[in-house]
Order: sequence, then structure tokens, then C-alpha cells
Amino acid sequence: MRDTALRTGWPQRLEPVIGRLKSGEWIRALVYPMLGVLAFLMVWQFGAGRIETSLGQFPGPVQVWEQVKSLGAEHVREREKARAFYSRLEERNASKLAANPDAVIKHRQYTGKPTFADQIVTSLLTVAAGFLIANMIAIPLGIVCGLSAGVYKALNPVIQVFKPVSPLAWLPLVTMVVSATYSSQDALIDKSFLNSAITVALCCLWPTLINTIVGVTNIDRDLVNVSRVMALSPMVHIRKIVIPAAIPMIFTGLRLSLATGWMVLIAAEMLAQNPGLGKFVWDEFQNGSSSSLGRIMVAVLTIGLIGFMLDKLMLTLQKRVSWDKNALLR
Amino acid sequence: MNTRYLDITDVGIEFDTNGRKFRALQKVNLKLDKGEFVSLIGHSGCGKSTVLNIVAGLYQATEGGVCLDGKEVCEPGPDRAVVFQNHSLMPWLSVYDNVALAVDQVFRKSKSKAERREWIEHNLRLVNMEHALDKLPGEISGGMKQRVGIARCLAMQPKVLLMDEPFGALDALTRAQLQDSLMTIQSELGNTVIMITHDVDEAVLLSDRIVMMTNGPAATIGEILPVNLPRPRDRLALAEDREFVHLRQQVLEFLYAKQAVREPAAVAVAAVPRPERKPGPLSPASAAVPVSTAGEGPDNDFEAA
Repeated sequence: MRDTALRTGWPQRLEPVIGRLKSGEWIRALVYPMLGVLAFLMVWQFGAGRIETSLGQFPGPVQVWEQVKSLGAEHVREREKARAFYSRLEERNASKLAANPDAVIKHRQYTGKPTFADQIVTSLLTVAAGFLIANMIAIPLGIVCGLSAGVYKALNPVIQVFKPVSPLAWLPLVTMVVSATYSSQDALIDKSFLNSAITVALCCLWPTLINTIVGVTNIDRDLVNVSRVMALSPMVHIRKIVIPAAIPMIFTGLRLSLATGWMVLIAAEMLAQNPGLGKFVWDEFQNGSSSSLGRIMVAVLTIGLIGFMLDKLMLTLQKRVSWDKNALLR
Repeated sequence: MNTRYLDITDVGIEFDTNGRKFRALQKVNLKLDKGEFVSLIGHSGCGKSTVLNIVAGLYQATEGGVCLDGKEVCEPGPDRAVVFQNHSLMPWLSVYDNVALAVDQVFRKSKSKAERREWIEHNLRLVNMEHALDKLPGEISGGMKQRVGIARCLAMQPKVLLMDEPFGALDALTRAQLQDSLMTIQSELGNTVIMITHDVDEAVLLSDRIVMMTNGPAATIGEILPVNLPRPRDRLALAEDREFVHLRQQVLEFLYAKQAVREPAAVAVAAVPRPERKPGPLSPASAAVPVSTAGEGPDNDFEAA
């Protein structure tokens, strides 16, 4: 696969963008979405003012924005504290060394409360791990199922049964199995991280698996015949024919899978008290202060925005990998 | 029994579609000499492609068998390269890489990397496609794609070149160009060729023999017409040639008088199931239209010369 971007170069690639800017198309491209968002904010503010909960009024955009700022400030404060802790530690170690060059130096980890930003990072890492585990199984298995009708028939009942299972049903089982089998004390990977990642993997396995099967099954028969005439070995056949031909469908699966994984993760974190955005939501709910609803709303919007960005990321990746540069991807 | 280079003996095939047996071919006998160019012609659905696919090894004959150069054909292989109607290039590989895929497979051991590179470029030069090595199939015209498809097959140095309506999807001008190219290449390299065609002129122009098939089901070879026109052949000169016109007349007579598709029902029955392709939507309207004039059956895209 060669990259057309390399061949055409930047000036040509920018041409359509410049053309659009000149034609004033950007006004329409910008104004309509802005109008939509504005209308949504107004409805939200108006509606929120009418809902009284036991924790006070439902937060409107303004209150939520307040919480965004407060969460940001909290994060800065917490980082400040951590820095102070480490500099104190260093100072102490330095003075110890000055007094006695053979002193045993202690390195301690700062154990402050994780901030909102920390929770986001944890969630992203967990979903990435789960997504990776899932697809390392789903893509090869999908290719095998797509190539062999026998294997497909054998596995299909299993796939159909496990596909609709909710993450919440898996979670207790995963937790028990992980604690039974993964017992090392100070392990590199946290147990709760593993719980969430495996639960995510169990749920986002299916879209990739099914789409890969469909993609591989529907390869143009003529291309398969060409491969047979050339007497390609099975591995070359998979590498040169099957995978490129199925790439569009595999990516459709990957995008669905990542979206599923992200949704599942929040639920898993909430229920299992695994660190991450889900736990943040749960903690705020339990906390029940006047700012809790606003903070939960911040989390809701963050979850949405990150989900949207993850999908965009996959789309960009798909456009890079796809051989059909004319295909409309959205 | 005299053995020839390619020997198709008593070949018959029966398809099993959803428990219903369908006999497509029966007692097909054809022998080819090395370097011979043979066309298969017949109405749509008479099993021409099936014969070709059996020779290619893509189908297994129910009875009879095929021998090539003294060896029985049991599975597909690069010694029987197939040019498919719709070019069948890998859309994700460049023109060069498409041919390279075949060359690397066939000459992995016998040629060095540099030799293979030279061989790929040589074959693309042969079909006048050396200017588009880095283009993707989606970026070149249908005629060019088919040229690359032919180059890919030639590059495998097949013992017999099998062509399944290679120019059927092309416009008349491009088709004529490619026919001329094919004639030149075949006279230079001396390939043994079996070509399926719908085009009477094409068959007469290119072939040493024209094999005319009867209508299915249970199709077989109806007549074999030797074409003894001297080579090299020139399409302009031949258009007026009495022998050419006479041969053309004979093929037309076979197709439209002896094997005319009379009943509309016959058209429907004659459609050979093609397990290797996805079934196209069968329009009931076309089956209901009575074919009043013999030879105006669907899919007969003959052109006036």
C-alpha cells in the first residue's frame, strides 16, 4: 500500500481546503453546528432551571462550567502538592546523604487523591488495554471463521449467545477469576485495572469478530480464484488478499468495538469501583454535595467528547489504511 | 490414442444446487497442439466458462479428465493462468505489485530479485503498460486494467493461457486494440490459448480453430471450425476477405440457425448455475419477454462488422 499523500505532497492536499475557505463554504460549515449547539445550551439552561432535586437545582451550562473550572483548579492544586511532596523528599534524602554518604535512600510514591484528569487517563488506558486484548483475539479468529465455513458453523452458536451479554453480568465472574488466578502481591498491573480491561475485552470482542467474518466471507470470488490460480500459500493468501480485502469491514468492526468498549468501561468502573471516570461519577453521586450533579454532568460531557474523539481517531486511521481512496468514510 | 499438448477427454460435470442435480456439460472432447489458439463460442449459459474452469482446475469434472503436457490436471496452478473477464486485479496493489505477486510466487526460487524486477517490467512493456507501474487499478481505464491482467498471466509463463471473455467488458475500439496486441504477443511467444468469446469477429480473427458449443443443459461441442487464414492477420484487409466472410457466416449459422434460442423458457433453463460467483438478480421481466426473432436472446452482444 502506498501513501498517496506522499506522492501528491502538501500543496495539492491543501488546495481543496483553500478552495473551500475562499468560497465561503466555511461559514455554512461553522454556522450550522454552532447554531445547533447554541440551541441545545438554551434548552438545557431553560430545562435545568425547572428541575429541583434533593441535591438542589439541576445544573445548567453555567453551573457545569463552574465545575469544569473547579475541577481544573483541583487538579493544579493536587499537582502542586505532589511537587511539594517530592521536593521535600529530595531535600530530606540530600541532607541524609550529606550527613552519611552510605545512607539508604527511600523513594516514596505520592499517594494523593486522583484528580479528574488522572481518572480520564486511567479510563483511557483501561479501554486501550481491553480493546487491544479483544482485537488480538477477534481479528485472527474472524479471519479463520471467514475462510472456513466449518469453523464458522462450529463457533456461530457460541458467538450468538455471548454477543448480547451485558458487561455487568460478566463483571462478578471476571473479578472472581482474576483474584483467583492473578495473585502476586505488588504486581506491575493493578487487579482492578485487569478486571475492567477484561470486562471491556469480553464485550468489544464481538463487533470486530462478526465484521471480520463478514468481510472475509465476502471477498470477491474472482480475486480468490486468481489467488488459487497463482497457487499462493495460505499465509501469503491471507496477507496479500484476505486482509487487504477485508480491511474496510474490519475497521467498521473496530470502530463499533471501540465505541462499545468505551460505554462498557464506564459501567464496569462504576460497579466495580475500579478507578476511572465511572468511579468518579459514582463517588460524586455518593458524595451528594451541592456541586455533585454539576461534576457528574462534566463527566458526562467528557465521556461523550472522548468517545467522539476516539471514533474520529479510528476514522483517521481507517482513511490512512484504506486502499480505496474514493470510498466515502464517515 | 494420440496424446496432444492439452487433452480434454470425455469431460462432463454435474452441479448440485440445493439437492437438485444439474448437468452442465457432457462428453466434451478437445485436443490442442502446442501454440494453438482456440476460441470457444456459444450462447450464454452453455457452459463455456465451465469448460475453462475445469481446465484451470477451479472445478472438478464429474467424469472424464484433462491432461496438460502429459500430466493430469487436478488443482489450479500457474501453468494454466486465467485472464478473467473483469480483470480481477487486486485493487490495493499497484500495477507493478499486481504482476509482482504472480512473479514472486512462480519464480521465487528460479530468479533473483533483480531478474524478477526485469521480468515484471518486461511483461508490462509487452502490453504497453510500462508507463503506469505505480498506478492503482482504480486509477487506470478498463482496457488498461485488462492489459495488466494479461501481463500478469503472461508473466507466469503458463503452458496454456485461459481467457474468459477477456475483452467482453470493453468498448469496441479498445477491444480492437487489445485483440491486435494479443495477436502480436501470441505470434511472438507462441502461447497455447483457449479463449471464450461472444464476439464472432473476434473468434474468426484470432483463432486457429473455433469450437462451437451446443446449448445447455448437458452442453457439448457442436462443431469445430478450422480457421486457415494466413498470419499475420490484418483486420482491415480481412473485413473484405471472402474466406473471412465465409467463416464468419458459418459461425453465425451455427449460432442462429442450428443452435437458435427459440423458447423463452429455454433461456431460463440454460442458465448454468455458477457456484463460484454470486448469483446476479434474475429479472423475471426478461424471462417473460417472448423472443420472436431467432438470435435476439439476452446477452448476445454481437456487433455488425
